[in-house]
This record gives sequence, C-alpha cells and structure tokens, in this order.
Amino acid sequence: MYLIVAGGGKVGANVARSLLRLGYELTLIEQRRDQYERLEDEFEHQVQRGDATELFVLERAGIARPPDIVLALTGDDEDNMVICQIARERYDVPKVIARVNDPRNQAHFDLLGISPTVCATARIMALVEHEVPEHDLIHLLELRRENLEIVEVQIDRDSPSAGKRVEGLALPEGSRLISVMRNGKAEIAVGATTLEAGDQVLAILEPGKEDELRRVLLST
Amino acid sequence: MKALVIGCGRVGSSIALQLDEEGWDVAVIDEKEDALSRLGDHWPGSFLVGHGMDVDLLHAAGIEDADAVVVATDGDNTNIVIGQVAQKRFDVRCVVVRVLDPARARFYAERGLRTVCPTSVAIDTLMEAVRACEIPATKAVG
Repeated sequence: MYLIVAGGGKVGANVARSLLRLGYELTLIEQRRDQYERLEDEFEHQVQRGDATELFVLERAGIARPPDIVLALTGDDEDNMVICQIARERYDVPKVIARVNDPRNQAHFDLLGISPTVCATARIMALVEHEVPEHDLIHLLELRRENLEIVEVQIDRDSPSAGKRVEGLALPEGSRLISVMRNGKAEIAVGATTLEAGDQVLAILEPGKEDELRRVLLST
Repeated sequence: MKALVIGCGRVGSSIALQLDEEGWDVAVIDEKEDALSRLGDHWPGSFLVGHGMDVDLLHAAGIEDADAVVVATDGDNTNIVIGQVAQKRFDVRCVVVRVLDPARARFYAERGLRTVCPTSVAIDTLMEAVRACEIPATKAVG
C-alpha cells in the first residue's frame, strides 16, 4: 500500500508517523521550509518539500502511480479540496481523505463530492453536545455517503412516546429506531419494544427528518 | 445586470470599476477594509468585508441574482473553490476565475470552470515581444 500525505503540520506528521509504524510506504509533502527541515531529520527521503496543490509536486511524490490513498491534511481547507480534486479526477486515486479545518467549510467539501472528511472541531462539538442534557436530540454519527445519520434522544415522562410500543409510533418515513438503553442495558428496538421514561433511544434517519422524529418521540 | 467581484486587489478593483462604468450593478468582497480605497472616493456599488468562502456573506452580496461572478483574490485555490461554489451551488452562469498557476488553470478549465491564467498570458506576450525584436542579421542566431 502506498499513500501520499499532504501537509506536515501536527496532524500530517503524526498520521505519517503512525502509518510508517504500521509498515506502509508513503511520501509526506510539506511546503514551509522550517517545518520541512524539522521533518527531514525524522522522515528523511520520505518527506518532500513543495506545494501539494502543484501538479509537478504531486507527480514528484508519485501521484501518477497512483497511490492507494491520498490524505489532504493541510491547515488550509481550499488547499485540501484542490488536492483531493486533482488526485481523484486527474490521477484516478481510488480514495482520498480530507481534513476540514473550519466546520463552516464542510458544505463546500460536500458540494465538491469530497468524502470522507474529518473535522476535529465538529467531532469535539458533537461530543460536547452529547454531554449537555438540554440538547434533546444529539447527532452521534453522520454517514455522508449513505445520506443517513444516527441520533440519540432521551424519552422523558412528558414525551408522547412514553408507554407506547415502537410499532404504534408514527415514525417519519426514512427513519428507524435502532436500540433502547434502559438502566445501563441496551436492547435492539423491535416493534414490540415499549418505550419508557428515561430510555435513551438511538435512531437512524435521513438528514432533515430530525424535527419530525422529535415531534413523534418527544413533544411538539 | 448584476456582478459580484471577489478580491479587491489591483485586478479585482480595476474590474469592478470597469464593470461599473459599463453600467453593471457591482458588489465587491474583500477580506480587508482598506481595499475599499482602491475603488476611489465615490464607489457607487456595495462593498462587503469578509471571506469569499463565507456563504452568508455571498448571500448578503446578492450572489443569488448575480449574472456574473469574477473571482480574483490572491489565492489560486481560494479562487478555484469560490468559483466552483458560485457555479455549482448558486448556478451563476458566468463565473470567471483568476488562477496564476498554468497547470491548475488548465485542469479546471477542462472541468468546465472559466479560468484565466495571467501567467500564461504574460509568457505569450513576452515571447511575442522577443520575437518582434529586430535583431541585426549579423547577430542573428544561426
């Protein structure tokens, strides 16, 4: 397996180091001279200096082989998008993985069909939301390619779904309940499962159906 | 007709002024407030401070009913991404993007983005100028 890692900052360098430890072959590309010189001590011939959005720099790093995966991990979202487009569309790289620095740019990555993406800020926010009780519907996982997401809701005493069987709920089309966590134990949600106050319910649904699901399970 | 110019440096500001002169309704976006001074003392169009990747700002600048978008910030990749957002997300018919790197300009031109590469234009113009020089026959190459 051969990989190109674009961007030798903290993220790129740590990823490259981990990949090398797993025995993969790779080339790391870093633009800034001072950073490159630091990396050269550790990565030797496996790091090259240059702008990874320039075609000749990518070619020097072996993009025409092509690599199995290109990782666009620079601190600049525009650069990461361009690297992914060039890799996939010009050199037929089968897989690209992009880092999203500013979560507001996620929509642009999606628009250009760049997937999968990883955004540390968005992940941290999701985890924080998971801890904050006033958020009644928590996003746990987004499956972008499938256009589905997994959310968690907590049923309370006033919820219209408390005391009802799953099969009796008018769940919105494009949504399913996955599991019910009660007293620390999780069970797969089936038609005969009765929801109770205090249950933590996982649901899978199409993005945009959150409000409908919230109405059925929680309240208006 | 409505035009949106993103990036108000030497190039962007001149384009904005010329479009205005030709009767366009022009909105300009630049990250720096100082850039407004490039548009003279009596700029009749709108001027918004912020990043051209910011969708809220693009909305505020009226991208939805823009007939043309010119992207000329100092970053090639920024221009390439904004150009594609204008084209694919907002369906702007005429999107013109400045890309200094000839290789990237060609790659995106092949993919349907109207890129203009000042570097290639400069190379061609300089080559023509060299060829047009009258070199005395005695010194001619050969």
